[in-house]
Amino acid sequence: MHEHIDSIKLYALVFIGLIILTVVTTAVAFVDLGPFSVVAALGIAVCKMLLVALFFMHIRHSTKLTRLVVLGGLLWLFILLALTMSDFVTRGALGVPGR
Amino acid sequence: MASQSHVETLALREQFDTAGQQKDASTLGMWLFLITEIMFFGGMFLAYSVYRGIYPTIFAIASTSLNVYIGAANTVVLLCSSFTMVLAVRAAQLGQRRAIIVFLVLTLALGTVFLGVKAYEWKEKFEEHHIPGQAAFHLEGVSADQQGHAQLFFSLYFAMTGLHALHMVIGAGILTVLIFQARRGKFTADYMTPVDVAGLYWHFVDIIWIFLFPLLYLIDRHLK
Amino acid sequence: MITAAVQEREHYLNASYGIKSWLLTKDHKRIGLLYLATVTLFFFLGGAFATLIRIELLTPQGGLVSSETYNKLFTMHGVAMVFFFLIPSIPATLGNFFLPIMIGARDLAFPKLNLLSWYLLVAGGVFALFAMLAGGVDTGWTFYTPYSTTYSNTWVIATALGIFIAGFSSILTGLNFIVTVHTMRAPGMTWFRLPLFVWANYATALIQVLGTPVIAVTIVLLFCERVFHIGIFDPSLGGDPVLFQHLFWFYSHPAVYIMVLPAMGVLSELISTFSRKPVFGYGFVAASSLAIAVLGFLVWGHHLFVSTQSVYAGLVFSFLSYFVAIPSAIKVFNWTATLYKGSISYATPMLYAFGFIGLFTIGGLTGLFVACLGIDVHVTDTYFVIAHFHYIMVGGTIMAYLGGLHYWWPKMTGRMYPEGWAKLSALVIFLGFNLTFFPQFILGYLGMPRRYHVYPEEFQVLHVLSTAGASVLAVGYIIPMVYFIWSLRYGKMAVANPWGATGLEWQTASPPPAHNFDETPVVTHEAYDYSTVIGEEIEVG
Repeated sequence: MHEHIDSIKLYALVFIGLIILTVVTTAVAFVDLGPFSVVAALGIAVCKMLLVALFFMHIRHSTKLTRLVVLGGLLWLFILLALTMSDFVTRGALGVPGR
Repeated sequence: MASQSHVETLALREQFDTAGQQKDASTLGMWLFLITEIMFFGGMFLAYSVYRGIYPTIFAIASTSLNVYIGAANTVVLLCSSFTMVLAVRAAQLGQRRAIIVFLVLTLALGTVFLGVKAYEWKEKFEEHHIPGQAAFHLEGVSADQQGHAQLFFSLYFAMTGLHALHMVIGAGILTVLIFQARRGKFTADYMTPVDVAGLYWHFVDIIWIFLFPLLYLIDRHLK
Repeated sequence: MITAAVQEREHYLNASYGIKSWLLTKDHKRIGLLYLATVTLFFFLGGAFATLIRIELLTPQGGLVSSETYNKLFTMHGVAMVFFFLIPSIPATLGNFFLPIMIGARDLAFPKLNLLSWYLLVAGGVFALFAMLAGGVDTGWTFYTPYSTTYSNTWVIATALGIFIAGFSSILTGLNFIVTVHTMRAPGMTWFRLPLFVWANYATALIQVLGTPVIAVTIVLLFCERVFHIGIFDPSLGGDPVLFQHLFWFYSHPAVYIMVLPAMGVLSELISTFSRKPVFGYGFVAASSLAIAVLGFLVWGHHLFVSTQSVYAGLVFSFLSYFVAIPSAIKVFNWTATLYKGSISYATPMLYAFGFIGLFTIGGLTGLFVACLGIDVHVTDTYFVIAHFHYIMVGGTIMAYLGGLHYWWPKMTGRMYPEGWAKLSALVIFLGFNLTFFPQFILGYLGMPRRYHVYPEEFQVLHVLSTAGASVLAVGYIIPMVYFIWSLRYGKMAVANPWGATGLEWQTASPPPAHNFDETPVVTHEAYDYSTVIGEEIEVG
């Protein structure tokens, strides 16, 4: 059960990476990248999420089932966001009031 | 399961045949619980996306009323707590009883600091009249007919950070229980599942904040 | 033949006595019975509201109750039936009782969590009951904003809180089932040897876990909106009530499949047992359960066709809605194909199964009407929709629930129910159901809107027919209630396998021992392999 015990050094590296990314995302927020500000902020957040999930939550050692569960959860979040937004972004596209 | 220790056999609940089966069940159960949490917070992320899409400028102005440095500092505090949490799990894997307790206490302390900073930020919002639903609500730099839209941002801010903080409080409760159990020597290298799944929960709450921070504090900061 | 032995043998019912041994039990079988009692209470409560609704609709003037009271009646009927009966009905009672036994486990993976789930349902039920007794709630079971958040003066918060708490019951049950199916299967019980009832409950559990949290957060936001007026769903602050509808139906449409998927699982068991043939196309029936669970999450926007939802989104949701028909049809065709050349016996559970197939098919096909963007605009919020979903919920789920209850009653209690009475009541329910709800299709098609108690006089004949049917239906539901209780004391002793069925639940005694099996079974055959069933006579009255 404890076949995968990562070293403190690895955890420390991941931790330092997370801190650096936090500093970077805060700094980048003050630079005007136009629409890419959102992309940069969320892109960095996804990177941080991956670091925490893969290393701290041990997904890189985990079973296929666990990975499937996580991917399933993210997919369902995507369904919720994407299908609802498909309504909000196409509102008024027909040019008919109230549609 | 030849290496099963005596302690572990005692901790095996009657519905299971082996300790491995019990650990698999606990881990899968926690991951399933975490995806319910993804969907729970997902509803609020959806509301945020919808209203930010409709009122981008107002959201940008409202977002800049938050103190980005406090937010960033608090993010670092939370990341530190994740680091100490993972070290607590590692100590449990190695059966280092004292180290488990030290790292759990550190994690709890950092979590408490985070909550304290959060409380301070909320108090500031009260003083600045940025509380949605109150007659005194007023956001500077926004015209009178758009104050309602600005309230939406703060509604989401309080709902999201509030529910995140609630999860932190629950996490702190779990850590407290674990600390007492660790002091009684409940966890060994062969039986440390509670520490393990509590770690998953703690990191998950951390990940939620990793997204809340840019969405609430950072996006459109440059417009100011 | 083994009457004396059954009485003396220790089983889960006589393993311990006293109220504490029930209220603190961790035995999934006892918890299943606790659920049975709870949902039965809410079924008759919801039924009482339905009775008042039907009596009120006898006359077009709406003389019996005021409009305000009528609003409360249909709301509380919906709340009691949907959240406190239909959603927990099959999974939490029959599923709880039989899922572990059918996979050869001693219990669910998390027995304490299972007990907690029941307490959460009870706690939620107490809040809902309190709201009902204190004055009721009138928003409709859908709680649409801004009426529910700003204008209604009724017990919205208490009811919503009740549903919120009950939601966690549902989440934890689902979580428990998924973990149990993954980790607790007996040796040899591979995924493709699982009974289809287990597959159906597994698919249901996926929906419970993925969907229910969204209604939970929606209720939290509704609560904040109503108490603090924070504006999330309030148009006067720039909020959008349609966002509430999206969030609500993201859960509540899949919730329809929480209600009907376990019923489909029961059907597979019944059809196979009483035609003594393996279910035709086992793999397809199992996969169609998962397909329904997945596709069910992609169609919720069809409840919003007449809202301000964009037409493009409407087109997508309408298009996707048709896809749910495919796995549903696969199931119906495969059950029918199972009957072909089977040696069919017409025991009571099979009568309910036949009822399900016919009524679910009508409900499903009329679902295609309302999934169609153009037609739905005309029948939205009419009795056509009411008839459609009652054909699914009552004609489908309750038929299967009663079928399953009769089928497994001997296993659960160790007693047979009286076959003659049971057949009679199955017939009465079938006739009463159709008389109640078929006229409602016509009513809706002619334009009778739902949620109104004053209506044009030309609709009266159809309303009277419907009310007459409801009276017959009520009798049909009360008869089983009486004879089930009667059978606990006076019913014939049940043997271990009264139907000559396959499945591990029939290989243990009736009622099962506290830990389900005297020794852990080893599975060596596919599901529904009737060559393994030896010798027992099928007891059909």
